[in-house]
Amino acid sequence: MLTFTIRRLITSIPTLLFISIVIFGLLQLAPGDPMAQVPLTVPPEVKQKMREALGLGAPVHIQYLKWLNQFFIVEPQFLIDWMTRDSFLFGWLPDTQLSMVYDPELEKLVPQQRNISWQTRSPIMDIVIQRIPQTLWVVGLAYIVGILIALPIGIYSAYRHYSVFDQAGTFITMVGFSIPPFFTGPLLIVIFSVTLGWLPSIYDTTHVVNDWASFKYQLSQMILPVMVLALQTTAQISRYMRASMLDNLNQDYVRTARAKGLKEGVVVMVHVLRNSMIPVITVIALGVPSIFGGAIITENVFGVNGIGQLLITALFANDIPMVMTITFIFAIMIVVFNLIADVLYGVLDPRIRYD
Amino acid sequence: MTDTANEIDPYAALQDKEPGTPPRNQWLDVWDQFKKHKGAVFGGGFLVFITLAVLLGPYLWTVDAQKLDIRNKNVRPIWTALFSSDVKTLWARPFGTDNLGRDLLAQMIAGGRASMAVGWTAMLLSLSIGTGVGVAAGYFKRLDGLLMRLTDLFLSLPILPLLLVAVTLFRQPLRANFGPEGGMFILIVVVVGLTSWMQTARIVRGEILALKEREFILAARSIGTTSGAIIRRHLLPNVISPIMVSATLGLAVAIITESALSFLGVGFPSDFPTWGKMLADAVPRMEEYPERVLLPGIAISLTVLGVNYLGDGLRDALDPRIRGR
Repeated sequence: MLTFTIRRLITSIPTLLFISIVIFGLLQLAPGDPMAQVPLTVPPEVKQKMREALGLGAPVHIQYLKWLNQFFIVEPQFLIDWMTRDSFLFGWLPDTQLSMVYDPELEKLVPQQRNISWQTRSPIMDIVIQRIPQTLWVVGLAYIVGILIALPIGIYSAYRHYSVFDQAGTFITMVGFSIPPFFTGPLLIVIFSVTLGWLPSIYDTTHVVNDWASFKYQLSQMILPVMVLALQTTAQISRYMRASMLDNLNQDYVRTARAKGLKEGVVVMVHVLRNSMIPVITVIALGVPSIFGGAIITENVFGVNGIGQLLITALFANDIPMVMTITFIFAIMIVVFNLIADVLYGVLDPRIRYD
Repeated sequence: MTDTANEIDPYAALQDKEPGTPPRNQWLDVWDQFKKHKGAVFGGGFLVFITLAVLLGPYLWTVDAQKLDIRNKNVRPIWTALFSSDVKTLWARPFGTDNLGRDLLAQMIAGGRASMAVGWTAMLLSLSIGTGVGVAAGYFKRLDGLLMRLTDLFLSLPILPLLLVAVTLFRQPLRANFGPEGGMFILIVVVVGLTSWMQTARIVRGEILALKEREFILAARSIGTTSGAIIRRHLLPNVISPIMVSATLGLAVAIITESALSFLGVGFPSDFPTWGKMLADAVPRMEEYPERVLLPGIAISLTVLGVNYLGDGLRDALDPRIRGR
């Protein structure tokens, strides 16, 4: 198992490199110039110098390697520095100063060049890290809520196969599967914020939770986006759960368990459920990256300024380095969660042997 | 006993009896099983209905979807007159008009045409790529490793961000070459097709790998059938059922993706209605005119729901192990 994990880790490196080349190549073809808004009175040679300062003068492969260097080496160094300097957890460690380089002209340590955004001219990673908590709160919570709703529905539908509950559950999951989030979002806003006036329609990210009332407001503004995202998750996962339970309920070991006099609850909730969860857990792991992708639309509908919204605004502002970094972060998540799903499958199911 | 009816004619007993009913066609069995799945019948029926409606609609409802009629702007649909009599409704505009006085029914038909055209074309493209890759990987052992690695790589691409990037980047050059609508159509179809073929390829490869070892392929090869003929005559007809099921899924995915792109504002130009575009344009004023959000939204959802149910029913009907139960 360990060798398999290590082998998978190593093979995921070329995958990530390929994806980064695809994204980089795609963005190289992009029209648009970061100096387009600079006033016309600025002479062309100054503009050229500004372009070079943004790293645009170099040949393509140098730009690519520099980007890789900045993403995989410089940014982690800054992260370690930040952790040993400012963070609560590791602040007691000596300040590492990994990200500083010696500048012979100034004769002192200066921070290295980081990957900067064309829009804001500030380091991209700082902006991304500012945005991630919003996305994680909404998307993560929605995923957990979705799973918690989906599992009982799937179990009960399979146990009472072809019952009214099963028919209704299948129909509702099918509907949830088919209605796109850009329709459920406005629909829920019309129902709950406009007609009933119960919930706010826009997610206020500047809201600070410091007492009970503000906590209640925070909850109420999270309900709608979480509902939209959870509907999709519930629909998918309960279908898998139902199918997996149905497969297992017809197995011989279930008959054996019943024959030796186990209670029905034990048979279903212990024997069948544990075996049915194996494929479902991998599906849950595989679904994490796609829900982040799907959150792009939901974040736009509700005005959650998370990472998906950052991608859209960067795309419209032609902020190529930002788009590249965010897309690559999504790609890393897909690769990592694929790996987690594979490893989990091997760990949970003793019949699967990779070596 | 002189009853002649009980007498057995020994020669007749030895003769082969004709089968009571003529042998049944396989597709008749499939149809019988399919009919049992109510949802699938409704779904298929709705898909046929919506396809016919958008194809024939412009000939029945001849109002121009682009015609501005500023005097009759913001007309509410005819059914709002049922519960409030002071709103502006017109029998000539049964679905109402938008803020520029364009007829909503005509826009729904035109938008449906665009959405369905994108959906069908992108589905056919992704299906042909997926089948091609799957057959090549399953049949030719030398290509298998390479093509399956490629499929894995494509599966780990972040699809929606990449779609957004590709559409924003290539919009201008394609518009310049093929016109605003044509360029966008080609772009969305190609981009959706190129990013959704992987599941089909995997399924087809698995089926081909299993079929390749069967005796009838060995027999075909032993009488000197070429690889091309084996694939065309023996393998492809046998993998038609998983291909049909993934076709329905592909159609649903393509329709949703096109609408999502239009909703995010990177789809077709604003004077060219598609369902997603109409929905996106209507969202800012949905408090006053909810029907402008509901109509295209319901159209997208019902179409996708119908297609998904159709796929469910097809999967059951085409699986010989389930059939007849």
